[in-house]
Amino acid sequence: MSLIEVVDLRHSYGEREVLKGLNLGIGKGEVFALIGPTGAGKTTLLRIIDLLEVPGAGEIYFDGKCIPRSGKQRLEIRRRMSFIHQKPQVFNLSVYDNVACGLRWRGEKKNRIAEKVDHILEMVGLEGYKNRNARTLSGGEAQRVALARSLVLEPEVLLLDEPTANLDPISTAKIEQLISYVARQHNTTMIMATHDMSQGQQLAGRIGVLLDGRLAQTGNVTDIFRSPQNEEVAHFVGMENIMEGVIIANNEGIAMVNIGDDAIQAVSSYPVGKEIYACIRPEDITLALSSTQSSARNSFQAKVTRVTTLGPLSRVEINCGFRLVALVTKISAEELNLQAGGEVYATFKATGVHIMERKASQ
Amino acid sequence: MTEIWHAFTKSIELLISLDPEVMEIAGRSLRISGTACLLASLICLPLGSLIHSHHFRGKRALINIIQTLFSVPTVLVGLLVFVLFSRAGPLGVFGIILTPTAMVIGQMILITPLLLGLTISALSGVSKEIVDTATSLGASGFQTVWLVLREARYAVLAAVIMGFGRAISEVGCAMMVGGNIKGVTRILTTAISLDTSKGELELAIALGIILLFLALIINIVLNRLQQR
Repeated sequence: MSLIEVVDLRHSYGEREVLKGLNLGIGKGEVFALIGPTGAGKTTLLRIIDLLEVPGAGEIYFDGKCIPRSGKQRLEIRRRMSFIHQKPQVFNLSVYDNVACGLRWRGEKKNRIAEKVDHILEMVGLEGYKNRNARTLSGGEAQRVALARSLVLEPEVLLLDEPTANLDPISTAKIEQLISYVARQHNTTMIMATHDMSQGQQLAGRIGVLLDGRLAQTGNVTDIFRSPQNEEVAHFVGMENIMEGVIIANNEGIAMVNIGDDAIQAVSSYPVGKEIYACIRPEDITLALSSTQSSARNSFQAKVTRVTTLGPLSRVEINCGFRLVALVTKISAEELNLQAGGEVYATFKATGVHIMERKASQ
Repeated sequence: MTEIWHAFTKSIELLISLDPEVMEIAGRSLRISGTACLLASLICLPLGSLIHSHHFRGKRALINIIQTLFSVPTVLVGLLVFVLFSRAGPLGVFGIILTPTAMVIGQMILITPLLLGLTISALSGVSKEIVDTATSLGASGFQTVWLVLREARYAVLAAVIMGFGRAISEVGCAMMVGGNIKGVTRILTTAISLDTSKGELELAIALGIILLFLALIINIVLNRLQQR
């Protein structure tokens, strides 16, 4: 039984349709990440779930009850949730008053409020800031006030909209730590919108990919990142190698896939003649200077076309008859002396190739 | 020029010696305008919040009218109150014409548009995100309005002090509905007007300086609050 059930949700801002018939069920205690590019409708969906906005069409069920489009019941249900916005909006009040306001609005007793606020401020590491005006805090501190302000309410559902966007890595790590701590401690149901896929991967049990107002795919982390259902999802989750191909043979689940003039082996049950996309994550490709004997079924001699450094990693573009992108550590790129024009052997396993259907129209 | 200098020294004299008549007049000025301002605030702050937080047809036009009424002449308000409350008027039975009560009502009407308009613009300075944040933290409609008023408190306070300034400095309405009766409805501005026509320029200027002194104190308070 889902705690939150969204049925055929549609919403427009003026002419622009933001949500185009969305269905989603979130179980009690589940941590669900909504990933998707900017403008996909993540914030709108969260705002509608938090009952800040009335959807153009569709229903929302909370704990089995259909939420009315207006009236007092909305406030009651909203008070069981809490929403952390992308840009933390602290009130022009002291840190203490900021954190206490939600409890006051719920009519909590004064000494209980003091107890709870003190405890939560300690938890987010702001115990010395009680009397500071919250407007004078840094971005990371303000986000922690916003987090404390929501957590102190012990909500059944916590909605987070890009909680760590615009924060430095240390503040981000602190916030992520707090979120996962709370999720475990209180069995809080969480829905988190993020465009940071590693964050989704790290914190969530289940992920939904929101593309252009529709849930393109939902599933666990492995499903989404290893087996995207279509080209858009594959692109979005960082499948940099997406190649058009045709199955030319299939021997008990090991398929030969024709890509241009080459053939690769992949695990797939599609029949011969099926038009497909073959996807390989760039980190699943290993590069070596000589052809090595390994269990990997696919090994190709290739020419390096471009090497770019991404922090501790190197992104290596190679051509082995078809174009591939590989991700290796910077150190191994240096050891292999990878440079544009150089020769290299690219190897990947048949299980590292994800095959997805190519629609006839594409 | 010597007149002004004499007036200045006289005003200091009057202030230091706490001249009973001057103190009484200044006190009455403060009392009447303070009451008018307080009552107008009690009406305008909630009403301004209501107008600000609701979307309705003609809202823009209403705000335009309110802003136009910022410059309503004091004598016109005086005339209105006079017509309404004069013995023969529709509200004449209350018998408040030529009393401080009538002056309070007149000043209230005078500053209501100013307070209302400035309250609305003060609240407009509070971002929509703040309202959303409050709503999602479980604030009811009323609790949200209260929070927004607190968020805009300095701008709202500035509006109240502006209203007070307009009330204490006006003379037309106070003269028409109060009548400048010595010991009853005589306030700083009406006293200045009378003393000037009597030729007692020094006293008139001294009273003017006292009025400005009150305005100065109000401004200092305003600035202090805004800098916080």
